[in-house]
Amino acid sequence: MAGVGARGRLVMGWPVLLLLALCAAGARGLYFHIGETEKRCFIEEIPDETMVIGNYRTQMWDKQKEVFLPSTPGLGMHVEVKDPEGKVVLSRQYGSEGRFTFTSHTPGEHQICLHSNSTRMALFAGGRLRVHLDIQVGEHANNYPEIAAKDKLTELQLRARQLLDQVEQIQKEQDYQRYREERFRLTSESTNQRVLWWSIAQTVILILTGIWQMRHLKSFFEAKKLV
Amino acid sequence: MDSAAPRSTSALLLLLLLLLLLRAERTRGAELTFELPDSAKQCFHEDVEQGVKFSLDYQVITGGHYDVDCYVEDPLGNTIYRETKKQYDSFTHRAEVKGVYQFCFSNEFSTFSHKTIYFDFQVGDEPPILPDMGNRVTALTQMESACVTIHEALKTVIDSQTHYRLREAQDRARAEDLNNRVSYWSIASTDEQTPAFCKLAQSVAGAPSASVMGSRRN
Repeated sequence: MAGVGARGRLVMGWPVLLLLALCAAGARGLYFHIGETEKRCFIEEIPDETMVIGNYRTQMWDKQKEVFLPSTPGLGMHVEVKDPEGKVVLSRQYGSEGRFTFTSHTPGEHQICLHSNSTRMALFAGGRLRVHLDIQVGEHANNYPEIAAKDKLTELQLRARQLLDQVEQIQKEQDYQRYREERFRLTSESTNQRVLWWSIAQTVILILTGIWQMRHLKSFFEAKKLV
Repeated sequence: MDSAAPRSTSALLLLLLLLLLLRAERTRGAELTFELPDSAKQCFHEDVEQGVKFSLDYQVITGGHYDVDCYVEDPLGNTIYRETKKQYDSFTHRAEVKGVYQFCFSNEFSTFSHKTIYFDFQVGDEPPILPDMGNRVTALTQMESACVTIHEALKTVIDSQTHYRLREAQDRARAEDLNNRVSYWSIASTDEQTPAFCKLAQSVAGAPSASVMGSRRN
């Protein structure tokens, strides 16, 4: 490993550095490919006061070696998060590997967009990026070993804490469900109203134009001595 | 990551090992919703070990006829699952080969409808919340078994809530679409019908003023 400084200064030594490096290997889950300036957006429909944690890691395609480089410093990813009303909640530039967090304050569809705006990629023709992404929502975003260490919980207490978190998530989702059902009901009632008013208006217009036509044609037929 | 650094190096090493294990175990599933433009295809890849069971759940939320093509390929390039124009489906498979599995969603059959697709890709079993819980030698106590049972039941509840939410999003999108169509069409048809009726009468009997004056003269 790349040791730093004189032996005397570095107390921890190479095993720690190795572990640190492995920890930094980061999110190695699902991945997909995007083009140079392509924007990829994901939608998360979440209740309010829910925390969302996203981890990503990018790798660049090396055209000569025909392989994805393990890590490329200098690559930047811009992360933008919009709330259901379209207002920007988070808009930040991160490095080639990053972690973003936000908490929703309004329930609804939040949009998480990622795009690379690194100019270095323009030098490598046909730039393609491999993006490893992992988004955890609500209860899944909790780090249980950390909570156990911080609050000094036994195993059973930790299990109980996990159950409490799950139940809280279910409650929030049900509140959100009630809010959605209200919106749906308002939309349906609005459609009902509009159909009702339109059919009344249509009938009135038909009657009026019918009367006008009859009057108009009657005087015409009388003039032509047909009636 | 950890603010309170322990004194001894070995404790720090242990903590880092714990964190490493945590990181290694965490990313075991992905649940994402994304928009698939018309005539487009999007693929996702994941590394799976041999003998591990993985499952893919997907559902189309908005767009067109709410259908999408989906296929799953193993590392050797064989198609292990392929469906066309499906609205929702669930697919489970035990990985025979270790490597990168890819699953793709295709909207290439559609020329003008964007689709919003939700998928849930789970690999293997859920890891325990503390890394050393997996290496038990004794049986679980009654309390612990009760906790496990409740946890599994709550997971089922959360899953069904997700499916309910997706269905409701689909219905709400349709209702809002209907609402918009009713507004536009009612205004458009009234604007178009009234002048049409008047023009029809005028074309039969000429302009109103001329015929009225004509009848009065007679």
